[in-house]
Amino acid sequence: MDTTVSTGTEDSVWGGGNRPLGASYGKMMMWFFIMSDALTFSGFLVAYGFSRFKFIELWPIADEVFTHVPFFHGNYPMYYVAFMTFILIMSSVTMVLAVDAGHKLKQSKVVLYMFLTIIGGAIFVGSQAWEWATFIKGDYGAVETNSGRILQFVNAETGERAALADFAETLPEERVKHVASEGIWFEGEGYKTSYSLNEVVEGFKATPNILIRTEQINEEGEKTLLDRKESLAKILEANQVVEGANLVHNEYGHRLFADFFFFITGFHGFHVFSGVVINIIIFFNVILGTYERRGHYEMVEKVGLYWHFVDLVWVFVFTFFYLV
Amino acid sequence: MAHEHKLEIFRGLVKFKSNTQKIWGVLIFLSIVTTIEVALGIVKPKALTHSHFLGMKLLNWIFIILTLVKAYYIAWDFMHLRDEKTPLRRVIVWTPIFLICYLIFILLFEADYIYNVYKDGFITWNF
Repeated sequence: MDTTVSTGTEDSVWGGGNRPLGASYGKMMMWFFIMSDALTFSGFLVAYGFSRFKFIELWPIADEVFTHVPFFHGNYPMYYVAFMTFILIMSSVTMVLAVDAGHKLKQSKVVLYMFLTIIGGAIFVGSQAWEWATFIKGDYGAVETNSGRILQFVNAETGERAALADFAETLPEERVKHVASEGIWFEGEGYKTSYSLNEVVEGFKATPNILIRTEQINEEGEKTLLDRKESLAKILEANQVVEGANLVHNEYGHRLFADFFFFITGFHGFHVFSGVVINIIIFFNVILGTYERRGHYEMVEKVGLYWHFVDLVWVFVFTFFYLV
Repeated sequence: MAHEHKLEIFRGLVKFKSNTQKIWGVLIFLSIVTTIEVALGIVKPKALTHSHFLGMKLLNWIFIILTLVKAYYIAWDFMHLRDEKTPLRRVIVWTPIFLICYLIFILLFEADYIYNVYKDGFITWNF
């Protein structure tokens, strides 16, 4: 800077070495990343909102979709997701405790808290995998109409949902397997259900206490239940049997619900997974004493920011997928 | 790096002696909020599901507000935004909020329009 003529004031402002935001380069870049990632997630969640508002009267009710808890039978809406939320908040707390211990340069405490954070993250990812598996496997089964609407079945006496197995008949049908030699253009068989459409329809006609529930939400905020006569007319629109959920068919209701569920919780789960991996790397660095030698634990703080961000996103996913 | 921590939450209503204590305090607060959310989600009080504000159920407004409250405490106390300099905090918070509000406004209005087209227009989608 020999060639520049400068007065004293200019020197102190423009001469470099100023830190008007009081944050290091690394932390700043982590914030940049978090902001752009926050906008990505907002894009997803708002897109979910778009599809939901578009089909506001048909959208599945989350309480009826996520009703299972591992190792327990019965209907427990929300409890397991609440548990997952708590696990993630808890691991956020151990993370912030690790950052705090890092500020005080207490290596062994950082190790302990980082370890607990990793365990919490692993439990969360495992829970999400279980949640996905349950969702994909399905619950009661349903039929899909020509226009892709879902018809579910209800036992008229108990008012509870009826599974396909409760009433479907077993007909002496032979399923013709589609093989490559049968067609010029061969497509894989793909989706198989435990009952054929015919078996479900015949069983439905033969069992008078089964009613159909459509996707339409009535003024009470519940799905519309048809009476027996309407049900018998409606079943004729059925076009195929659906069990469980995938990207094309979804027994719980609108297929976009399943698409967004897989996409958003999958993207979030991937963030948690990568967060766990990064945490493990930092964990070993702490054990090896890398930050002890460096004299500060800012790396723990930076990875902590990412971890809290993942928690923050979950808070929103939880609200918009399970509560609202 | 902000080494000194601001140790009060709720605008000074609750003060803590150390940063560790504050962390546990915030955890308790977040757990209470989550419990309220889950309880409301299970019970679904009729008074809240049958009254609307700006076209949305009152219950859903409560969920969204409680979520924003939780988000605030996660960002402020876990992500240490409370201890950062004011300009940095404002840049981080207001930029996304502005963009996200815009996106929400545009897309939800559009979605509602399409909903009305499906409802009132000459389109058969349920057969």
